[in-house]
Amino acid sequence: MAYNDKVLDHYQNPRNVGALDKNAPDVGTGVVGAPECGDVMKLQIQVAPNGTILDAKFKTYGCGSAIASSSLATEWLKGSTIAKAEQIKNTQIVQELALPPVKIHCSVLAEDAIKAAIEDWRKKQATTQGAAKA
Amino acid sequence: MNIPVYLDYSATTPCDPRVVERMLPYFTDTFGNAASRSHAFGWTAEAAVERAREQVAELIGAHPKEVLWTSGSTEANNLAIKGTAEMYREKGNHLITAITEHKAVLDPMKRLESQGFEITWLPVDSEGRVDLAQLAAAITEKTLLVSLMAANNEIGTLHPLKEIGALCKQKGVLFHTDATQAVGRIPLDVEAQHIDLMSLSAHKFYGPKGVGALYVRRRSPRVRLSAQMDGGGHERGMRSGTLNVPGVVGMGAAAELARVEMPVETERLRQLRDRLEARLLRDNPDAAVNGDRERRLPNLTNVSFPYVEGESLIMGIKEVAVSSGSACTSASLEPSYVLKGLGLGDERAHSSIRFSVGRFTTEAEVDFAAERVTAEVKRLREMSPLWEMVQEGIDLSQVKWTTH
Repeated sequence: MAYNDKVLDHYQNPRNVGALDKNAPDVGTGVVGAPECGDVMKLQIQVAPNGTILDAKFKTYGCGSAIASSSLATEWLKGSTIAKAEQIKNTQIVQELALPPVKIHCSVLAEDAIKAAIEDWRKKQATTQGAAKA
Repeated sequence: MNIPVYLDYSATTPCDPRVVERMLPYFTDTFGNAASRSHAFGWTAEAAVERAREQVAELIGAHPKEVLWTSGSTEANNLAIKGTAEMYREKGNHLITAITEHKAVLDPMKRLESQGFEITWLPVDSEGRVDLAQLAAAITEKTLLVSLMAANNEIGTLHPLKEIGALCKQKGVLFHTDATQAVGRIPLDVEAQHIDLMSLSAHKFYGPKGVGALYVRRRSPRVRLSAQMDGGGHERGMRSGTLNVPGVVGMGAAAELARVEMPVETERLRQLRDRLEARLLRDNPDAAVNGDRERRLPNLTNVSFPYVEGESLIMGIKEVAVSSGSACTSASLEPSYVLKGLGLGDERAHSSIRFSVGRFTTEAEVDFAAERVTAEVKRLREMSPLWEMVQEGIDLSQVKWTTH
């Protein structure tokens, strides 16, 4: 299979590979996928009190398109807001990376990872606020 | 050293230049139809075809008359399996094969199953071996054919042909072996191994693509096949169609080279493979060989690099041509059914790479490949959440994954 240039670029020069402190109250972590399915994505966001995403990091086990999808997602997340991040659709990733049909699941996984990271951050916000009230 | 380095000789081999040289006159000067009986053009072509038949027969210990030309192993497998089932339909309706066979055996079997035949799909152990006791128990009075490959195309595991052949002979059922990967790489002998039908493909042993052969036993027992292609009655009526004379000549030449050079070549390939494998295992923690490390092809190793997905690894080592059992290299999302069949878990299949060396592989190429693979595995592991978890001491089998 020949790869799209953008996929190759993200694969060769992935943006924002790494990890944030998953125990920090302002960090949300999403882990989606399964090793037996051939892809696992871990996506993390660090969020300011006003909802701005200060930083985003990823690690991905999966094919080149899965790596590219998560790398692209972190690019879009960084400097964005939670409200905007929730609007990211897998179809935008498909379009940007020109993913063929057989690779669409990679973009779905990236969208799921974003949602999971936001949800984790929200849960932490709820508990810290709850703790502050108590 | 030529980049990319070719380490996919189990997919196909280049034609040996000596083979091409022998083929060339048959495209232009001696272009006759081997079935033309009325003139010298035909006679010359026929003589060349018969010489090639002798060369192929000699490689596998057969009589030349027992060699039928086909377009390759896929056709040979189809003819052997469907041809036997149709010919002997009144004697029985049962065929036996194993789950790790090539699609060119599995799919003809499935076709027969849909037509009312009964198929036994033997499982394999974690190294790809069938259990002979299980095979013996599966044979019934209705069994027509056992089809088990000589060497597996993904992991290289060898089936004990002689033992299987003896068992089939004793039970009075026919034994077909798809020897596509084994021909020219390990010694084969249809007499000593009690083989009734054997599929061969020229392009796996430095001959041209598009030509193969089916060995069909003539004596004790005389095997008859129902033709799968009707026409001019070529190849003793079992395979109609004008012969691909240059291809057939090439296959014969390749068979002769294989026979003469195999003892030395096999040892050289084994050393190259062992060198590659040793380096990969030494430099990549947790890497593991798939298949039977004792009884396997000398030129192939299938290695899993846990926590790294096979297709992304292949993408990163574009200077090295290899293949993967990972799902993503094929149109389906399922990983290799052969590796799944070993029961080692899908993750191992997703992380697997098949390396196969051949006649033109050098030590420098093997060392280069080992270096490139190791560097890329390291890079991808730095990027892998699984590797990170393992470093943190997390047991991946205990994690609750969100399957999708």
